[in-house]
Amino acid sequence: MSEYLIKNGFVFDPTQKLKGDQADVAIKDGKIVDKVANPKVIDAKGMTVMAGALEVHAHVAGPKVNIGRIYRPEDKLFTFRPTEGSHHMEGGFSIPTTYKTGYAYARLGYTTVMEAAMPPLFARHVHEEIRDTPIIDEGAFPVFGNNWFVLEYIKNKELENTAAYIAWLLRVTKGFAVKVVNPGGTEAWGWGLNCLQIKDPVPYFDVTPEEIVKGLIEANEHLGLPHSMHIHGNNLGNPGNYTTTLDTLKLASGYKAKNKFGREQVMHHTHIQFHSYGGTKWADFESKARPVADYVNKHKNITIDVGFVTLDETTTMTADGPFEHHLTELNHLKWANADVELETAAGVVPYIYSPDVFVSGIQWAVGLEIALLSKDPMRCYITTDHPNAGPFTRYPRIMKWLMSQKARDEQIKAFKASDKVVAQSEIANIDRELTLYEIAQMTRAGPAKCLGLSGIYGGLKPGLDADVAVYDFNPEKEHKPMEIEDAFSEVKYLWKTGVPIIMDRKFVSEGKKRTLWVDAKVADNPQVMRDVKEKFVKYYTVTEKNYEVTGKHFIPNPYAIEVDATH
Amino acid sequence: MNTVTLTSKAKPELFLEADNITPDIFAGKTNEQIAALTLYEGSAKHPLGEYYDVSGSAGPTAAETRIVIKGDATRLKYVGMKMTGGEISIEGNADMYVGAWMKGGKIQVKGSVDAFAGTGMTGGEISIDGDAGNYLGAAYRGDWRGMRGGVIRVKGNAGSDLGYFMNGGTIVVGGNADVHVGTHAEGNGKIIIKGNAKSKVGGQMVGGEIYIFGDLEVPMPTFEYRKDVELEVDGTKAKFALFEGDTAERHPKRKGETVFGKIYMKY
Repeated sequence: MSEYLIKNGFVFDPTQKLKGDQADVAIKDGKIVDKVANPKVIDAKGMTVMAGALEVHAHVAGPKVNIGRIYRPEDKLFTFRPTEGSHHMEGGFSIPTTYKTGYAYARLGYTTVMEAAMPPLFARHVHEEIRDTPIIDEGAFPVFGNNWFVLEYIKNKELENTAAYIAWLLRVTKGFAVKVVNPGGTEAWGWGLNCLQIKDPVPYFDVTPEEIVKGLIEANEHLGLPHSMHIHGNNLGNPGNYTTTLDTLKLASGYKAKNKFGREQVMHHTHIQFHSYGGTKWADFESKARPVADYVNKHKNITIDVGFVTLDETTTMTADGPFEHHLTELNHLKWANADVELETAAGVVPYIYSPDVFVSGIQWAVGLEIALLSKDPMRCYITTDHPNAGPFTRYPRIMKWLMSQKARDEQIKAFKASDKVVAQSEIANIDRELTLYEIAQMTRAGPAKCLGLSGIYGGLKPGLDADVAVYDFNPEKEHKPMEIEDAFSEVKYLWKTGVPIIMDRKFVSEGKKRTLWVDAKVADNPQVMRDVKEKFVKYYTVTEKNYEVTGKHFIPNPYAIEVDATH
Repeated sequence: MNTVTLTSKAKPELFLEADNITPDIFAGKTNEQIAALTLYEGSAKHPLGEYYDVSGSAGPTAAETRIVIKGDATRLKYVGMKMTGGEISIEGNADMYVGAWMKGGKIQVKGSVDAFAGTGMTGGEISIDGDAGNYLGAAYRGDWRGMRGGVIRVKGNAGSDLGYFMNGGTIVVGGNADVHVGTHAEGNGKIIIKGNAKSKVGGQMVGGEIYIFGDLEVPMPTFEYRKDVELEVDGTKAKFALFEGDTAERHPKRKGETVFGKIYMKY
């Protein structure tokens, strides 16, 4: 049966301005439709109905996630669920198995997920893991901010070549967007250095993070890609780094989005919580969420995701190699580091955000302040930079904190250095409580628009894909904070592209997941193709033929978003 | 204190994961309920009663419950895992992870145990009359939180990697220890070896103490002799040579003084 009618639920859908109105949602042949003739009816009376949520930034597939899995067997120790019938074994807390990743996102009502950092050389590995992650549609962002081709083209101010290289790399890696991690800094790490400020030159290449970011914004808009340049800025995690963040955000000024997908931003700044710190050292560490949120509020060509600290033991992993080295020097826990030839690097370090440590408490406050001070929930999204600030499975807990001042006050009281957290942040003075409509903007309509996917996902308008989540939560009743967390921890019903996945809290199917990628067509560019050939011959340890991601083995069910940039 | 006796009646083909055999889980249960508890044999679930007869009775709380395992326990893993109180007496040998992550209570093993006994334990007492396998009082694979409290006493010998990542508590080995003792130890754990030790004692040790009564075959070159001290260690008064290290490792400062790992060699 491919017709369903979800009756009488409280529907929250920003794409239709539905703010908990009682309405029916009809599904036919994978799409939301106006009417159905002979549907299976699901009674959603007294329940909350939303579109499937979208994850804009998580590390869920690929070599650095696997380094985490391999070198942290203790993460699976007591978080293990054995196989039951056709339901695969699930394991891991901060670095779940691929199967658990798919199941756990589905349980939360998430149906589309973006892997935030794909090293192009290991794109095949990333896609194999994506393939093995059930249910959810996924895309992956190849990293460009420290790539030798990009550094050279930008140094020489060759916009068309940068764009042609991006189009080529997206095609061969089956990538979705232009990701930038610590622009220039990760390449500098290869020399034992870093770029902490946007004007610090990259060794040898002699370009600055500022030039890299602007060059990639220009190339991104030249191509008209669905998503914007997606940046993890310089100077992550350090006291006083908010000025670097403001400098980075200012690089977007003067640029306007050019694309056919309805996207309005030219810069997406990710996990901005890690970039909004004041103070000069750990002792006087403080929140600078307000100046950052104010700047973002005033500039419509910027979107952000937060990277909420969830106060858990987790595994940090990033292409920001120098930062991970800095972190292992701080906490003395095990450190893994990898260099990816001409392209990027990565580091992995376990981390405990302890409520007994005041820095963790302030980081927790900074994340919530960013979200609560943001005026436009369509431009500010819920993430934990999974698993860096905490595992994505904590999203319901973050919702609880965002929706209930009481829940926040309880957590503030539970901090060992509660006074210091209150004094060095402003979380205790914020009384805003987000509504479910705003949550739907931050997790559905907003991310879909930011990714250029609002024609497919993020709403319940007829014509969109039928990704629908039903939660056992009556928004008209009063709720204790914990009831919010509990209700959104597990959907009662979930459809993915019209296929029932979870019915009455039981998995009934693993769906037919798709891999999203962007096929950008550009005019022939012999110079870039010659440069590619030359770099493979001279520097890469693999040949060009062993580089491309192609065929059913890697991508059994591709979903290409086409862009024509032959102009 | 009430006693539940488990008497072996069938030997499993594979090893059994017996993390359900603890005073905490037995407390307040009837013998039928105890016999119905799950033991994993490989990936298959089996009731405890399939391998053991249950007699006696459990107390209302963990602290009032004593478990005696009679007959074969050589294929039982994780006995006493995470227990907080009460007692377990194993009359023969047991397999790996005896008393892993235990917080309180007592475990007495009349035979020997395999590897990882007392992994990550934070309190309580484990006494082993026979030998202990490798990784006694150590951390789980990959983890940096080894033994943090409590006492482990072994009458016989201990295997390799004794006290790996040990951060607290005391381990006393009556016999000899194999290679790698107190690797990565930090904090204030104490390892006492009454027999001989082989090599790599205190490798990458940040803090803690190791006492060796017998010979040390190959000392680490990164430990430095400091001075001779008169001490009473586990009932023995003697003169010891104090070495500090591992000087190749980082060392934190406490009250202005650098903290080192200490190895005491008995004269």
